[in-house]
Amino acid sequence: MDRTGGIAFGRSILAAAFCASAIAAQAAEPIKIGAFLSITGPAAFLGDPEQKTLEYYVEQLNSAGGLLGRKLELVAYDSAGDAEKARTYAKRLIEQDKVDVIVGGSTTGETMAVIPLAEQAGVPFISLAGAVVIIEPVKKWVFKTPHTDRMACEKIFVDLRARGLTKMGLISGTGGFDKSMRAECLKVAATHGVEIVADETYGAGDTDMTAQLAKIRNTPNVQAVLNAGFGQGPAIVTKNYRQLGIKLPLYQSHGVASKQYVKLAGEAAEGVRLPAAALLVADTLPDSDPQKKVVAGYKREYESRFKQDVSTFGGHAYDGLMLAVEAMRRAGSTDKARVREALESIRGYMGTAGVVNMSAQDHMGLDLSAFRMLEVRNGEWTLVK
Amino acid sequence: MSAQLTQYLLSGLTVGAIYALVALGFSMIYNASHVINFAQGEFVMIGGMATVWFIGMGLPLPLAALAAIGAATLVGLLLEKLAVEPARNAPVVTLIIITIGASILLRGIASVIWEKKIHALPAFSGEQPIVLGSATLTPQSLWVIGVAAAVVAALWWFFNRTLAGKAMLATSHNRLAAELAGIGVRRVLLVSFGLSAALGALAGILIAPITFTSWDVGVMLGLKGFAAAILGGLGSGPGAVAGGLALGMIESLGAGYVSSAYKDVIAFLIMLAVLMFRPSGLLGRRTAERV
Repeated sequence: MDRTGGIAFGRSILAAAFCASAIAAQAAEPIKIGAFLSITGPAAFLGDPEQKTLEYYVEQLNSAGGLLGRKLELVAYDSAGDAEKARTYAKRLIEQDKVDVIVGGSTTGETMAVIPLAEQAGVPFISLAGAVVIIEPVKKWVFKTPHTDRMACEKIFVDLRARGLTKMGLISGTGGFDKSMRAECLKVAATHGVEIVADETYGAGDTDMTAQLAKIRNTPNVQAVLNAGFGQGPAIVTKNYRQLGIKLPLYQSHGVASKQYVKLAGEAAEGVRLPAAALLVADTLPDSDPQKKVVAGYKREYESRFKQDVSTFGGHAYDGLMLAVEAMRRAGSTDKARVREALESIRGYMGTAGVVNMSAQDHMGLDLSAFRMLEVRNGEWTLVK
Repeated sequence: MSAQLTQYLLSGLTVGAIYALVALGFSMIYNASHVINFAQGEFVMIGGMATVWFIGMGLPLPLAALAAIGAATLVGLLLEKLAVEPARNAPVVTLIIITIGASILLRGIASVIWEKKIHALPAFSGEQPIVLGSATLTPQSLWVIGVAAAVVAALWWFFNRTLAGKAMLATSHNRLAAELAGIGVRRVLLVSFGLSAALGALAGILIAPITFTSWDVGVMLGLKGFAAAILGGLGSGPGAVAGGLALGMIESLGAGYVSSAYKDVIAFLIMLAVLMFRPSGLLGRRTAERV
């Protein structure tokens, strides 16, 4: 609370100071980008890099001359992973701060709570959360930048088929991310010719999953195992998997696509595959890769500015901000209806998540090429060719 | 089939030993004060996290573990001195609520000092699993089981063969009589908080290579350890171990033979059933009413 208050306060002082000089210079109001993010709380690992990214790039855009001859102003609040707070802050962004566009919503819960407000007020809203329900069914004013869990499932199934396998055991946690991914995987498995032959779960604080894995191992015909999970669970699953000496291919979800997972699971992670954004392997992408320039650039800027490893979550915020800027540039104004139309017509835009091809039916605009299949080799993520 | 059963039993043993170690800490404080210390899980967290921290400063594992146990003991003593003792004349329920408050505070402080990241500790004797028939066990599990057994033995000796231990037991039976017999009951409570904090920290260090550790690892471990202590009989050392092992076995067999989605449900149902017929737990003392 205090921190965001401080941020908002700091911003408004900056804005005030800026306005004073702007009035003298060009008498134009700044373009207001509103954000509500889980900067603290359980989802702080999402909100923290997102906030840093937004602040940094708004600064960068301003020092490069701003947009449409006006400066940008970021109004960010900390919703702390709480849907109720997200709603309150979104209301404030719309009614009090009168922002031109909202980029935010670190978690699906926060995003879903704000959608009715954005729809009613008619404010373009670019969400940074994962679940497919945000854009399905399509909502007029709501867009999103991250991949969905359904795409992760599809990417894994395509890879599985490429290895000539079709029967998969599933083990998932009971958290929101885990459950949603499990449901999506079960839904799309059949359309990819994959059969889920085992479906086990583990609890949030569980310390050992060997019982579930032993059960999967003893399932007839199982050819590979997929762990839909988040946090320390997947690292324990990976260790238990090796402890039991299971030789089947193990897939993890994009939920653990970070260096931390490899560090926690150690040697047990060797050979594990997972779908992830190109950002994670920015340095190893070939120069011919169309995404190389964007992801390597963002990674370099972020890591040199904040002295911490880049995360895909910050990348989602980068994409959200850049899409908003691109839309306003194309619309030539900040008129909300025209910005919305411009957002919907963006095609071929290269972001950290992949090529964005928005349409009236698709408010995310990413396809499976956005995901890269990675494998852990010698403790490093490597691209699966 | 039997190969599968062996694996389930070994899994249950690993998890059960973890619960047992946490449960022992609950029993300790309960023995001395009839207070259920809901900050016990946080002692476990401090043990694991502080060890990771000290190793990061360059200490070798044994020294880091000792330093972490020392740090947790200090926290336990401070908790008793600053929060529990000033309220010593309050009803037990008030004291329990104080420990809940303390657990939230400790979690908050930990999340600030150590960040909200998950940390790993290297296994003490390597990661190479031990193969028993067609089932496997990690060497770290043996550490957990072995230390749990040693702790039970040490506690038995302490409570039955030393003056300080007997004084603690006496205080738990009748505070007024103990005080009249010249036992410093305030000191007893202080010692019991220090000891159970040390015990919790020890558990936290031993299990960190298996479960990883983070600022909020104490919540679930504390809950499961508490359930184990209740199941075995609050205040009983062997009961805590029996309760922990039973809970671990039920969970693992439930996940293996029935459904992993309902393993906690099965475990808690059996626990309720046991308590229905034996309210004092598996090995708890019958609370005889003296007239």
